[in-house]
Amino acid sequence: MSNSVSASSGVGLNFGRIAGRVLVLGTLALFVLYFLAPLFVMITTSLKSMPEIRAGNIISLPRDPSFEAWRVAWQEACVGVECPGIRGFYKNTFLMVIPAVTVSTLLGAINGFALTKYRFTGHRLVFGLFMFGCFIPHQAIILPMARALGMMDLSGSLWGLALVHTVYGIPFTTMFFRNYYISIPQELVKAARVDGAGFFRIFWSIMLPISAPIIIVSVIWQFTNIWNDFLFGASFTYGANAPIMVALNNIVNTSTGERPYNVHMAAAIMAALPTLVIYVLAGRYFVRGLVAGSVKG
Amino acid sequence: MASLVAQNINKAFGGYTALDNVTIEAKSGEFLVLLGPSGCGKSTLLSIIAGLETLTDGEVLIDGELVNHLDPKDRDIAMVFQSYALYPSMTVRENISFGLKIRGVPKPQREEAVQRVAKMLKLESMLDRRPSQLSGGQRQRVAMGRALVRDPKIFLFDEPLSNLDAKLRVEMRTEIKKLHSILGVTIVYVTHDQIEAMTLATKVVVMKEARIQQIGTPQEIYDQPQNTYVARFIGSPPMNLVPGSLERSEGGTFVRVASASEALHIPVSSDLGRPADAGREVFLGVRPETIFEANRTGPEVEPFRFDVKLDVIEPTGSDDLAIFDLGGQEVTARLRPGSGTAGEQIALAVDLNKAVLFDARSGNRIGNVR
Ligand SMILES: Nc1ncnc2c1ncn2[C@@H]1O[C@H](COP(=O)(O)OP(=O)(O)O)[C@@H](O)[C@H]1O
Ligand SMILES: [Mg+2]
Repeated sequence: MSNSVSASSGVGLNFGRIAGRVLVLGTLALFVLYFLAPLFVMITTSLKSMPEIRAGNIISLPRDPSFEAWRVAWQEACVGVECPGIRGFYKNTFLMVIPAVTVSTLLGAINGFALTKYRFTGHRLVFGLFMFGCFIPHQAIILPMARALGMMDLSGSLWGLALVHTVYGIPFTTMFFRNYYISIPQELVKAARVDGAGFFRIFWSIMLPISAPIIIVSVIWQFTNIWNDFLFGASFTYGANAPIMVALNNIVNTSTGERPYNVHMAAAIMAALPTLVIYVLAGRYFVRGLVAGSVKG
Repeated sequence: MASLVAQNINKAFGGYTALDNVTIEAKSGEFLVLLGPSGCGKSTLLSIIAGLETLTDGEVLIDGELVNHLDPKDRDIAMVFQSYALYPSMTVRENISFGLKIRGVPKPQREEAVQRVAKMLKLESMLDRRPSQLSGGQRQRVAMGRALVRDPKIFLFDEPLSNLDAKLRVEMRTEIKKLHSILGVTIVYVTHDQIEAMTLATKVVVMKEARIQQIGTPQEIYDQPQNTYVARFIGSPPMNLVPGSLERSEGGTFVRVASASEALHIPVSSDLGRPADAGREVFLGVRPETIFEANRTGPEVEPFRFDVKLDVIEPTGSDDLAIFDLGGQEVTARLRPGSGTAGEQIALAVDLNKAVLFDARSGNRIGNVR
């Protein structure tokens, strides 16, 4: 660039570039505020007392922050006529989520392995059915599932709910693992077969140890979906067996007199906390696992 | 150590024929090389021998025993793959001893076997590394170690060197040959590289498009190619195929080769020229190193002299490759360095004792010229 000619236009160019930058960053900052504002309001409200909430401005900082509302939410929040707090429901949800996530991930891994490395007649059809399973909406399976749970004597129980989530999740976990395993060389399995290993031996000793990225994807996906589920929880459990999201809804809808917004906010934050923690801890592995290609020796 | 017979093997993938009535045999201690271009069915045949692939028809016998129905693990074979297929999550030690572990060999014996193989393959210092921490050549050696540690009846190698760079490939080739002569094991080895086949094999099976073209020792394959395909596939540069036609006269039988000046009449053995064969289109097969400068022929040579104009000279250092036209076909001769320059007219001689005649239509060998 020749500087004598472009001196003036260079200034214009610079100005334009800076203005563009400001515009982009400003817009992004606005979006950040927009997305963070609800979290901010939830946290501040949960730390306020009821009189302060009644009197004050929704976005003001708490004058006298206190965790009293959190304690109440955990131990004493009322669900209908009883006031057990959310802790029991919290435990319920973990008891249901952990087996559901573990079993659906494991079965998905075995399915993905069989579909890619032990091609059997009709594997294409089976894969197509799994894919179809990914597109079945929650609502469509509620009635048949209720009948099935009834026949298995699991109606209203946590185990029944865990089973529903496991079954519903298998098509997704199968897809994850199938797409991951398809890029792993077939020769790996051939070598293991020559070495004398059978189906499950190859699965445990060779495939699973190289599956960490996709296991993380599957676990995060299943955990957040099952933890955040409301519909299945509301449909297949009742009373003390309800999972956290159903309980949260019941707490918020239990109104005798004044609504304790601080308690509601505290309960909501606690309900959201496990999925938040998972994303913060493993989020980057999630992205990495989604784009992971073949495992290079 | 054992013998192998694969008899009348047929394999179809849907409508596609991958192997068409293939029969091979490896005697105990033999180094059998399956040689052919990519896609001719070599790996499929090896997989069928290993039991990794089902066969449509045929029999596989190891030490005379039919193993068609046996799983790979029960055939007592070991296999080295082109991609090495090392278990990524295991260390070198675990990779090598995995097969022993599955077969229930106790730990102390396993460790002993690993040490023995590691020593043989110079892997002692890297037993605790993972495959991702190894170079290509080291990975290749681990793959070999995994096969050697088990002391199986038969070793199967599927293009084990094709992922290595040229220098390492030559080194490993020598290593494999050494191992074979030390251990005396039976090996079936797949490659598309004719030099690998020639240097390693005690017996070569040349394949093309699901069929066997020729089986023989490297020397037989080189000197007596069964057809023009084998003649062109083996040797670098390959055998020259000079087009001509058979002619009979009182003087004997000749191959008439059209030439720039006047046609050449190359005398051939009279049993090649039955009356019915007059005018038959043929190829005269001549290896580049059987063409000399006319004044340099040795005593055991039966020379046929002719004059040509050299088109191109390609020096290789040890020889000059001289390229000229004969019968409308580009012909390469391996001459001594400095024998001629491009454009020069030169007198050459071909050793008829080493020349072979092929039928032009079928490509099949008719016989030796002499
Ligand atoms: N599983 C398979 N399904 C269909 N076709 C196959 C399969 N395996 C190999 N083939 C075909 O069979 C032919 C021979 O393959 P292969 O034995 O791998 O050849 P090579 O090892 O000689 O390169 C190829 O044309 C290949 O496309
Ligand atoms: Mg191959």
